[in-house]
Amino acid sequence: MEDRKIRVLVAKPGLDGHDRGVKVVARALRDAGMEVIYTGLHQTPQQVAETALQEDVDVVGLSILSGAHMTLVPRIKEMLNENGMGDVLLLVGGIIPEEDTEKLISEGYANQVFTPGEPLEKITAYIFDWFKAKPGS
Amino acid sequence: MMDREKLERISELKEMWEKELEDLKEREQPAETVSGQPIKMLYTPLDTSDLDYETELGFPGYYPYTRGVQPNMYRGRLWTMRQFSGFGDAYDSNQRYRYLLEQGQTGLSVAFDMPTLMGYDSDSDRSIGEVGRCGVAIDSLEDMEILFDQIPLDQVTTSMTINGPAAILWCMYLATAEKQGVSLDRVGGTIQNDILKEYTAQKSWIFPPEPSMRLITDIFAFASEQVPRWNTISISGYHIREAGSTAVQELAFTLADGFAYVEAGINAGLDVDRFAPRLSFFFNSHIDFFEEICKYRAARRIWARRMKEKYGAKDHRSLKMRFHTQTAGCSLSAQEPENNIVRTAYEALSAVLGGTQSLHTNSMDEVLALPTEKAVKIALRTQQVLAYETGVANTIDPLAGSYFVEAMTDKMEAEAEEYFQKIDDLGGVLSAIDQGFFQQEIADAAYEYQKAMDRGERVVVGVNRYRSGEAPEIEILRIDPEVERKQLERLKRLKETRDYNRVSACLEELKRCAASGENLIPKILDAVRAYATEGEITAALKEVFGEYKEKPLF
Repeated sequence: MEDRKIRVLVAKPGLDGHDRGVKVVARALRDAGMEVIYTGLHQTPQQVAETALQEDVDVVGLSILSGAHMTLVPRIKEMLNENGMGDVLLLVGGIIPEEDTEKLISEGYANQVFTPGEPLEKITAYIFDWFKAKPGS
Repeated sequence: MMDREKLERISELKEMWEKELEDLKEREQPAETVSGQPIKMLYTPLDTSDLDYETELGFPGYYPYTRGVQPNMYRGRLWTMRQFSGFGDAYDSNQRYRYLLEQGQTGLSVAFDMPTLMGYDSDSDRSIGEVGRCGVAIDSLEDMEILFDQIPLDQVTTSMTINGPAAILWCMYLATAEKQGVSLDRVGGTIQNDILKEYTAQKSWIFPPEPSMRLITDIFAFASEQVPRWNTISISGYHIREAGSTAVQELAFTLADGFAYVEAGINAGLDVDRFAPRLSFFFNSHIDFFEEICKYRAARRIWARRMKEKYGAKDHRSLKMRFHTQTAGCSLSAQEPENNIVRTAYEALSAVLGGTQSLHTNSMDEVLALPTEKAVKIALRTQQVLAYETGVANTIDPLAGSYFVEAMTDKMEAEAEEYFQKIDDLGGVLSAIDQGFFQQEIADAAYEYQKAMDRGERVVVGVNRYRSGEAPEIEILRIDPEVERKQLERLKRLKETRDYNRVSACLEELKRCAASGENLIPKILDAVRAYATEGEITAALKEVFGEYKEKPLF
């Protein structure tokens, strides 16, 4: 990458209001030197995809604790693709059962899923490593 | 209170003991509570030398209620074991409720799904993928009738966790009771109805603060006339704590919200003793054992004092803080979920030692999904073992007089008072919400907590210490996607068969009333009886009241 900061959109799609995790992660990413935009709560998939486009982000992080992830994540991924943002790094956090994690990753809807109990550093390190490994960066 | 000579002697002895410590090494883990409150190695009579038994503690059932709200506490009646549950459609949850009642549970507690909590019907675009997932899907009176089928509403009390649309769901419950032939004066239960903590912590809001507060005072007024056994609000610290606050923040922000409702009631022209006896509270029981016990004791004392001294309440029921407790979901781990049974048991014990009126114990698998029947049963059994085997319910407030517990209770009270002052300086609760004060305080505390965990200063066994790395082998409850399809079908059928002219007339009348300032409850009740859906009633009110928008911050 050029010397611009990694730009991350952290988003809360769906109706659940559990924003403790998303706020903690947003702050950790900012403290790690990334440019962080937080959507706020109760976003539709459309709103998330539009904000990602407008803000020209490199990473989209979705926090979902309502159990609606198998509906919401694929929709957002498809809308990002339609917006020409198919190469955005898409991360998911929340209460996601193991078999759903495998499905989201193997079917290409998400690059990685983080569940409760993960240290913040693991998330920031994952993002930095991703861009280091990316050709042309 | 001790005499001076004795205290001086204790002081000398303490110095000797402190000398002894100089050569001794302390463990590395910081000696502080889960909230970051430093704890001394030893508490002595020096820490409680000015404690006055009569004014600070008193007797159970007597002002300032530090030792409990009933004179005989659990010697008279144990706490109510009330497990929060709901999933799928009304049929699924009805079955679970009947199972819990058969297992000896003594009250019901309804969890609604996200669309219901946010005022959307199951057929709204916003509801896709969320129907019946986090709780039960309720769209109309028809669903509520199914939910309580064969459950006699004059015998069981029900708590409903519902806030933004509380008035609507409450009216559906009342209408269900009517259909069962139960008159409203015999119906008992609780609606959470605590909108202030929605803006600060739980974030399931619909309308802006002002009309929301009006709906709440309308409920106070209606209930005091017609549903006298109903707890009209459950002022909740639970979600504030889950969102990441410290124990003192939970205590202070919850009570500040409580006082804001009292002021709203008084400003609406109600006599404080007419509605305050039906105010109830809801606290978290986190993993720090003593800090939690002190929190409950301090809460009762603060409430009683302010209600009497500041708001002039005279009825002793207005001074008594009655509360429900739930063990801390955020203290549980997805790793080695069986350990959560142990955590929950300790948390339940501190709630009971703190004198709770009712208790929900979390199931071990709630970090992963909604609980299975087996996990719920273990959680309920945890309470039953506590109640009937351990003997902790034999004597009232057994930790009173402990130098540590009394000193900590005082300290938490003093720190809560500092927060009340800050909130006053910001112009009161609504203004502090508008300035993002609570939201920022909670977010800061949550971040500090997570960093302490990442540094290993805060230990969670199986997560950042003694980590086995094994994937949990535990059966989890899956919600069948069929639930959503079936719910949509039933809603469609209802909309086709009901008398739409009647629904539409009710909604028009509701809007007129919303604009006029009359009490809204009788109009909502009419709309519900006509099978207007929750989404239709909410949409009608939104036309008049507007919607709340948060300024996102982190």
